[in-house]
Amino acid sequence: MEMLRTVTLTINGQSRQRAVAVRTSAADFIRQDLGLTGTHVGCEHGVCGACTIVVDGEVMRSCLMFAVQLEGKTVETIEGATESGRVRDLQDAFVKCNGLQCGFCTPGMVLTAAEFIEKSPAPNRKEIREALSGNLCRCTGYEAIVNAVELACKVRHELTS
Amino acid sequence: MKPRSFDYELVTNVEDLYARLSHHGEAAKLLAGGQSLVPMMNLRVSAPSVLIDINRIPQLQGISESDRELRIGAITRHREMQTNPLVERFAPLLRMAVEHVAHLAIRNRGTFGGSLCQADPAAEFPACAVLLDATMEIGSARGTRLVKAREFFQGPFTTAVEYDEVLLAVRIPKAPIGSRFAIDEFSRRHGDFAIAGLAVSFPSQPGASSECVAYGIADRPFLMKALPNLWKDLRSLPDRGAISEAIASDYGPYVEDNEEGKLKLALGAELVVRCHRLLSATP
Repeated sequence: MEMLRTVTLTINGQSRQRAVAVRTSAADFIRQDLGLTGTHVGCEHGVCGACTIVVDGEVMRSCLMFAVQLEGKTVETIEGATESGRVRDLQDAFVKCNGLQCGFCTPGMVLTAAEFIEKSPAPNRKEIREALSGNLCRCTGYEAIVNAVELACKVRHELTS
Repeated sequence: MKPRSFDYELVTNVEDLYARLSHHGEAAKLLAGGQSLVPMMNLRVSAPSVLIDINRIPQLQGISESDRELRIGAITRHREMQTNPLVERFAPLLRMAVEHVAHLAIRNRGTFGGSLCQADPAAEFPACAVLLDATMEIGSARGTRLVKAREFFQGPFTTAVEYDEVLLAVRIPKAPIGSRFAIDEFSRRHGDFAIAGLAVSFPSQPGASSECVAYGIADRPFLMKALPNLWKDLRSLPDRGAISEAIASDYGPYVEDNEEGKLKLALGAELVVRCHRLLSATP
């Protein structure tokens, strides 16, 4: 018999409570129990970055956390970041630069890039590549993704200066 | 894949943790950042029947200083190691090391103590702990004991921590002002584990000697004997032949006479050149 636990969290601004098997990953919980399928499950061992979510303001791998560990946490997924408009400029830049094809890696790319450019607003291309090196893309060859992040930084800089 | 079923216990203080560790013995594993353990569980390489979550224990958190030492709580995240001003001032090597450790999302979650207890022979933090002559504070219901980093690592994925014990914190002697440090490595992809790695210190006081630790070579990070004799000062790079000789002597017992061994020796020599450059560049 699976051991069940109740978990209460705030996700994309809304409070949620569910009973969950303790071995359920945060990623499966978010997708299957909460229906937020923008968080993608790729490798399930922390290599591909497709399952990236934001926990208490920091990006994390949701395949490497258990759902029970989200107890009391504030979580944001790509759905929440999209609705709030926080990553709108990055998303626009990805579209404009063809920074995605199949889109499987994109939620993780966008959330990781958002935290990165918040901390380093004027990165060079090498730094962008390094920051995104934990997120795998099998379509674009990365060049277009680096272009997109670079463009978003440029747009942000122009807006603030 | 998904992990096998397990029981999950959340503990919020060390006394409770000690009691549970004594009770469960080998059946339990500690869950800190989980950035190595959870992949192993998902791949079913590891299948603990009880997982004890130590992420919410205040006694394991925080970085503080005394006259001579920094004290770094075991569940300090890599990201904190990278940005903490005390670490930057008194143990800058640890900040430099984080730049070789994984990626943002992993650094936000992975812990200093977790990496040390994982004791991957190719990991950066164990090498730094050995180089900096750190002391581990290990607690259990039986009391707290201190173990030198140089005795803490006992083989691949094996440390001095017993089943009923937990690493509480790591004490690191404050680096004298003017000391220089460097760390570099070769890996397949940025953030991956090292094929060969080198961490070095260069003291500010005249007479004191440099220390060098190799990782990714033997079953644990080790202090090199020949290499420190090569650089008495940083004014010039020792010649390539002398570097190769020192590396061959230090790596000797751990590399085989085959292509992989030759590769490691070549990478080791190149790391010496790179670390010399990093040391010389430090103001």
